Amino acid sequence: MRNTLRMKHITKIFPGIVANDDITFELRHGEVHSLLGENGAGKSTLMSVLFGIYKPEQGDIELNGKTVEILGPNHAYQLGIGMVHQHFKLVRTFTVLENIILGIEDTKFGLITKEDARKRVLELSRKYNLNIDPDAKISEITVGMQQRVEILKILYRDAEIMIFDEPTAVLTPQEIKELIEIIKRFKKEGKSIVFISHKLDEIMSVSDRITVLRHGKNMGTFDAANTTKHKLSKQMVGRDIESPKLNTKPHLGEVALSVEHLSYTSKASGKPILNDVSFSVRKGEIVSIAGIDGNGQTELVYALTGLLQHDSGDIILNNESIGHETTRNRTLAGMAHIPEDRHKHGLVLEFPLEYNLVLQEYFTDRFQTKGFLRFDTIRQHAYDLIQDYDIRSARGPITNTRSMSGGNQQKAILAREISRSSDVLISVQPTRGLDVGAIEYVHKRLINLRNSGKAVLLVSLEIEEVMNISDRILIIYEGEITGELYPNTTSMQEIGLYMSGAKRGG
Amino acid sequence: MMLRKVIRFVQNEKLVPVYSSMLAIVAGLLVGFVILLLLNPSQSIQAFFTMLFAGLSNGPTSIGNVIYFASPIILTGLSVGFAFRTGLFNIGATGQLLTGGYIALLIGIRTTVFGPFTWLIALICAAITGALWSVIPGLLKMYKGVHEVVTTIMMNYVALFLVNFLVKQTIYNNLKNESLPAPADAVIPKFGLDHIFVNSNVQGGVFIAILMVIIIYVILNKTVFGFELKSVGYNKHASKYAGINVKLRGLQALMISGAIAGTAGAVIYLSDSLTFLKVQNTLPTQGFMGISVALLGLNDPIGIVFSGLFFGYLIVGGQKMQIFGLSPEVIDIITGMIVYFSALAIVFQNAAKRIFRMKAVDE
Ligand SMILES: Nc1ncnc2c1ncn2[C@@H]1O[C@H](COP(=O)(O)OP(=O)(O)OP(=O)(O)O)[C@@H](O)[C@H]1O
Ligand SMILES: [Mg+2]
Repeated sequence: MRNTLRMKHITKIFPGIVANDDITFELRHGEVHSLLGENGAGKSTLMSVLFGIYKPEQGDIELNGKTVEILGPNHAYQLGIGMVHQHFKLVRTFTVLENIILGIEDTKFGLITKEDARKRVLELSRKYNLNIDPDAKISEITVGMQQRVEILKILYRDAEIMIFDEPTAVLTPQEIKELIEIIKRFKKEGKSIVFISHKLDEIMSVSDRITVLRHGKNMGTFDAANTTKHKLSKQMVGRDIESPKLNTKPHLGEVALSVEHLSYTSKASGKPILNDVSFSVRKGEIVSIAGIDGNGQTELVYALTGLLQHDSGDIILNNESIGHETTRNRTLAGMAHIPEDRHKHGLVLEFPLEYNLVLQEYFTDRFQTKGFLRFDTIRQHAYDLIQDYDIRSARGPITNTRSMSGGNQQKAILAREISRSSDVLISVQPTRGLDVGAIEYVHKRLINLRNSGKAVLLVSLEIEEVMNISDRILIIYEGEITGELYPNTTSMQEIGLYMSGAKRGG
Repeated sequence: MMLRKVIRFVQNEKLVPVYSSMLAIVAGLLVGFVILLLLNPSQSIQAFFTMLFAGLSNGPTSIGNVIYFASPIILTGLSVGFAFRTGLFNIGATGQLLTGGYIALLIGIRTTVFGPFTWLIALICAAITGALWSVIPGLLKMYKGVHEVVTTIMMNYVALFLVNFLVKQTIYNNLKNESLPAPADAVIPKFGLDHIFVNSNVQGGVFIAILMVIIIYVILNKTVFGFELKSVGYNKHASKYAGINVKLRGLQALMISGAIAGTAGAVIYLSDSLTFLKVQNTLPTQGFMGISVALLGLNDPIGIVFSGLFFGYLIVGGQKMQIFGLSPEVIDIITGMIVYFSALAIVFQNAAKRIFRMKAVDE
């Protein structure tokens, strides 16, 4: 088989860290080659080098036998290389079609003509079953659809080498299945594909070969047929991974959080989003809210944390009504929140890491006196959390948060929220984008919180996670709680039926 | 050894934006030279160097004039830059400056009870007026989502015509169609500056400018309040998540920005260098100049001091252009070009990165 692409001895250094250390990586014609590695191992960096975003300090890139210097993303496109980024890069106020042709518009007498482009986009969309509406605005379509726009964007530019950087982290299980099918289709047509994911199941199902990175180094390339998930994860983190489970009965304390008849109707669309939702979480238990994305989970969490004002009903935290309190007062009353969208809510990306680590506490006496920040305690706090939670970054407390790898950004949020030891932790998809080692770690932390008598509310789209670490599972469907299940008396299948609305009650 | 250290310092990533500003200045000056070449080919070189060195040519006198022109635009630059750091685009420094300047003059001319402290009271009232003048855009932005660019521009014209009317009613000099001069007690004291920079227009306003820069620097970088303002400026959603009162902080930020511009007005008019509040139909230039100063100064208080001084320096140079039959507006073109180039900062930042890394390789 011929190699379409060879990256030879690539070294990329950022101030304070060697992100890629002498990595050699080959991509064959018509293969799916996965990259696997811990958070911060250098996967995105390596692919950004290939896509022309970063210039490596050392190393060459060989394309179809010829050495090339890739000058930038546009040049990469010209060479037939396209990338779907970990965090999308779309113009939200433009339509799908406008985003696809952005930068390479056809013009006639200086005016943009979209007719040919529209035809081609529709053709491509039909060919690969992408079901895209070219005239929808980006801000109005789901994340899954936005990703398809990114895919169309690179198809439209005739990419032969397609890079997918953690494409499944933001998708629902159904969307993931569809994406895997689409990728298999590309492969059949002879395109060469780099696939990055932390989910070993996906990697095993889609890849021909797998390259494992660790601390910026290549740990070896393996044929998917001759390896196992177990071996791969050991290569990746250097030890065995277990998935922690709840194996003790909960020591239930008093009710910490109670939601009473909560309802909310969208102001914009007039649609009811939450309908008479009631439940409670006691100290010492982990309660999961399981459901397919878009069934009101997001709004429920916003209402609980004060980011949105519900229409009726109440929220009780430690026997006090907080339904109309500000977010700050809820935080002070003992609520912690790991948000769903880490870039939107969780972090101020322009701040240094140490500021983000005190984002919920900078105003307390520990970090300020008379209105002046106490930089010494802020710094010390950052060092402590970095150590305790193994947050990896180039320059420690003063690292610009934007430059951190996705998984380490998530760890920073986890560290901040868990370390405050609030009575109630609302945690939304806490393991999204984390490597297997980090997932194990987060699950252990959540279990520890529970065992130390805190209440944990876990909102998750992943049935396996829900099954493994909850004491109780609540199903949310179309804005209502439609079922209450217990992991040891239910099955994944049953949860699936509840989530799809085929079953309720019980 | 020493050279190593210098190179390491020069290569500090944090300095990249500074280099890009310097490159923008060089590029702007080169374009300025080409313009001079077109306008007056025979004397262009001489004109260019006169312009470049006019700010120093007469020693302390020239420097005093540079400081004089720089003081108000450092303040308006600080006003714009501060707002920008908190995520707001305050185009209304002009209006805040006019209303603040008017109130300062009104108090300066019409009150006597404060004696030698008249200037201080007038200055404080100017700041308050500037702050109040930005309350309307602030409220509209926070509660109705009207963009501050639109409202602050409109408030500029409201300020212009309102102040024209009020000057005529209260502190008018009919002979010259402008305000009366500020009496001695209302002039910001110079604390001996005029003895250092003899024969220049230098005013005590420079002390006010420096004081404000220090205050804003401390607020932004050292305080809890500044932490929240910056957080809101960078990411409103995350700030809300962190429990910051985003609307209130936005309003406060715009008011502080207005207060700074208001003091700029006081600094301009509470002087004895023959600057009067003119009754005219055009906006005073110092307000918009603030946008240029902030842009070139990278919205950083210290950077703004330097860029304000630089623009003051250019203004002094521009005044000398008449010798060559050129109007001082040549400077406006050059200023415009520099701002244009600093807006292209990304291009220059990449260029700067390349240049300074290449040097390191040579070493
Ligand atoms: N622009 C940058 N400036 C400085 N450091 C960076 C930059 N980009 C990445 N890094 C650092 O390089 C290392 C590798 O980051 P990279 O994003 O490649 O990791 P990754 O393998 O994609 O991780 P994840 O699975 O968390 O996305 C990290 O330590 C990160 O902090
Ligand atoms: Mg990554």
